[in-house]
Amino acid sequence: MEEIVLETRNITKIFPETIANKNISFKLKKGEIHALLGENGAGKTTLMNILYGIYMPTNGEIFINGQKVTIKSPLDAIRLGIGMIHQHFMLVETLTVLENIILGLKEYGFVINKRAVKEKLKEIERLYSLKVEPNVKVWQTTVGEQQKIEIIKVLFRGANILILDEPTAVLTPQETQGLFKILKKMKDDGKSIIFITHKLEEVMQIADTITVLRKGEVIKTLPKDKTTKSELAQLMVGETQTCDFLRKRKETDETILSIKGLTVYSDKGTKSLKGVDLDVKRGEILGIAGISGNGQKELVQTIAGLKKVAEGKIIFNGVDITNKHPRFISRLGINYIPADRLAMGVAPNLSSIDNAIMRRYYRFPLSKRGIMNYTKALAYTRMMAKAYKIKLDNPFAPIKLLSGGNMQKLILAREILENPKLLIASYPTRGLDIASTQFFRQKLIEIANKGKTIILVSEDLDEILSLSDRIAVMYEGRIVGIMDAEKADKNTIGLMMAGAKA
Amino acid sequence: MDHHSIYISLLANTVKAGTILLFPTIGEIFAERAGILNLGVEGMMLIGAFIGFIVAYTTKDPYLGFFAGTIAGGIASLIHAFISITLRGSQIVSGLALTIFGGGFTTFYGQKWINMTLNNTLPTVKLPILSKIPYIGPIFFSQDLIVYLSYITVLVMWFILYKTTMGLNLRAVGENAKAANAMGISVYRVRYMWTFFGGLLAGAGGAYLTTSYAPFWLDGITAGRGWIAIALVIFAMWDPLKALFGAYLFGGINALQFQLQASGTTIPSAILNMLPYIGTFIVITISSIIVKTRHVRPPKELGIPYIREEK
Repeated sequence: MEEIVLETRNITKIFPETIANKNISFKLKKGEIHALLGENGAGKTTLMNILYGIYMPTNGEIFINGQKVTIKSPLDAIRLGIGMIHQHFMLVETLTVLENIILGLKEYGFVINKRAVKEKLKEIERLYSLKVEPNVKVWQTTVGEQQKIEIIKVLFRGANILILDEPTAVLTPQETQGLFKILKKMKDDGKSIIFITHKLEEVMQIADTITVLRKGEVIKTLPKDKTTKSELAQLMVGETQTCDFLRKRKETDETILSIKGLTVYSDKGTKSLKGVDLDVKRGEILGIAGISGNGQKELVQTIAGLKKVAEGKIIFNGVDITNKHPRFISRLGINYIPADRLAMGVAPNLSSIDNAIMRRYYRFPLSKRGIMNYTKALAYTRMMAKAYKIKLDNPFAPIKLLSGGNMQKLILAREILENPKLLIASYPTRGLDIASTQFFRQKLIEIANKGKTIILVSEDLDEILSLSDRIAVMYEGRIVGIMDAEKADKNTIGLMMAGAKA
Repeated sequence: MDHHSIYISLLANTVKAGTILLFPTIGEIFAERAGILNLGVEGMMLIGAFIGFIVAYTTKDPYLGFFAGTIAGGIASLIHAFISITLRGSQIVSGLALTIFGGGFTTFYGQKWINMTLNNTLPTVKLPILSKIPYIGPIFFSQDLIVYLSYITVLVMWFILYKTTMGLNLRAVGENAKAANAMGISVYRVRYMWTFFGGLLAGAGGAYLTTSYAPFWLDGITAGRGWIAIALVIFAMWDPLKALFGAYLFGGINALQFQLQASGTTIPSAILNMLPYIGTFIVITISSIIVKTRHVRPPKELGIPYIREEK
């Protein structure tokens, strides 16, 4: 019989508003890679946070090597040999790599014995070909390196059970393959791995066993050899998805937005855009691909007037909008859906109404001589909710209480209703469930079919490929290639995202 | 007195006055490094000064007084720790409340002690050999034992902060509590510990004031030194060694003000009394500019309560 290293029985977790996990039972065998597959919001991360002692389950039992255990804190989990690599890395940016690796450990003395740490690092490098530079600060490292640091942290603590939460979200296709090699090595060493993801291809490539979660429940556990991608997709989503939007390309040869030699500095004072040239044609959907942090954010923020241009020019519809006020730019017809909903898209503590009218609260009829008309504002918000299928139980409640999908729909509605000539959508479907994602993509196609111009920034290559007419790839503050979407393939774009020349 | 010895005594007094600020500044640096902003320094100093004074007065033992005042400051800080760490209340409001509480408490119970003077202050202990070094000796090594304790505190705390696992845990908690917790560190324990430490040192500063520099009791005797200490934390950029310079700079202003008044200058005393506060403005302005250009910044999660189970 195979050895079971970890088992959950009927784990249930209830949050004030939602049931995140419902009677989840699954078994992890020694030396296997077990994928937890499910949509965003299926309860994967909650379950793992329970195993790692960050959340306490409302109900249910956990067994490690056949022993019933209570995991009250991450320290308990670490002692039981569980290591977790979180979706959002748990690294202290101002500390060095070495300091992050030994954080919380007592084995290296009260006064840190750096030599012993470095020796162990060498051993890990030898075993798994994981190499890091111990003395640099974490904020100076790349995302790929940060993931290596996270893996080393877990290995340092001698974990036998590794949990990886969406580990490939931030990696290039090439880095992902590198990660898979390491995981296979660990598996061969007898370590057991839980791999959380919503990407079917990765599951088929790396997993031995697959447990599908949907809406907080286990739908099915099955060995990889006995399933197919389409079966998994069906289990994951519940019903088969149809792609009912059809792009009718409308682009013209006329340039609506012209960017010349754009140079912008980041908040840290380094150059985040290094002379970007870009022409956007009227009526096209231009996709901007790239690993986050390569200047995409700065590029669209600068177009929207939120960042100062150091050098270069931006011309929109014949008007120079370089370093103009954001409201001036939006009144010209450029509207912007920011990447971080909660930080920039909405004012989280204000009501849905206040957020819905943000673009026009100062104009008639919502406002007259500086006095606002809330009756009109409420009616406007309700109209918006109806047209865009936003579930709005109480429009007076703080908008942060809405789900990500509803919040994002409200932002989209707010911007589209301004009737923009150019819509910039930055990571619009990040963290949304399949239904909201579909809705969002459909809306984008819809308005593009009406002749609007769209700039779409996304790290989801499938999204970029399926929506865009043309694709620009950014790397280290430059546009390294621009191509027609019909002639583009994932592999080429992946290589360009990693810095290879077109 | 010749000019020479005037300068020496001015500088020796600078060290003494600076020590009053040095303790609370170090304490606040460590509390802030753990992510806890404690605006109650002034209140904790007052409590430390008061308890230190009455214990020294009644037992006639200034060391015991200093020790008691230190502990009193630590206990007072637990109020702030409980509100801001356990209850996750606003650190700003809680800290201000602690300052107001310290003022009220010492005014109320201090009435009958007003204008009483301590006869047994901390005695000067000249260190062998070191006190014989020209200039350095009489300024730094002809002081009382508590001043020497402050030197040791600076060095030891600098070492703990940067060279030990304890300091590493502390820095991690103030920068990214979630990451620290994920590595098995108890955020609450670390924050409680260093907030208490901050309180101890604030109490020590206050107690040193009334057992050495100003050995009598007056209402509000700390005169805003707690606030200056909070400003010095920024000046020191959260580094214990730099805190030493800041504390002595303000100690110097204090000592100068004292000496000028004693020498019967024509400058109105109101102006002289303003000096430390004007100095604070200048220092805060300059250090804020430096902080901005050098990209030194406060601990990232300063003032943010930690909630583990948050979706």
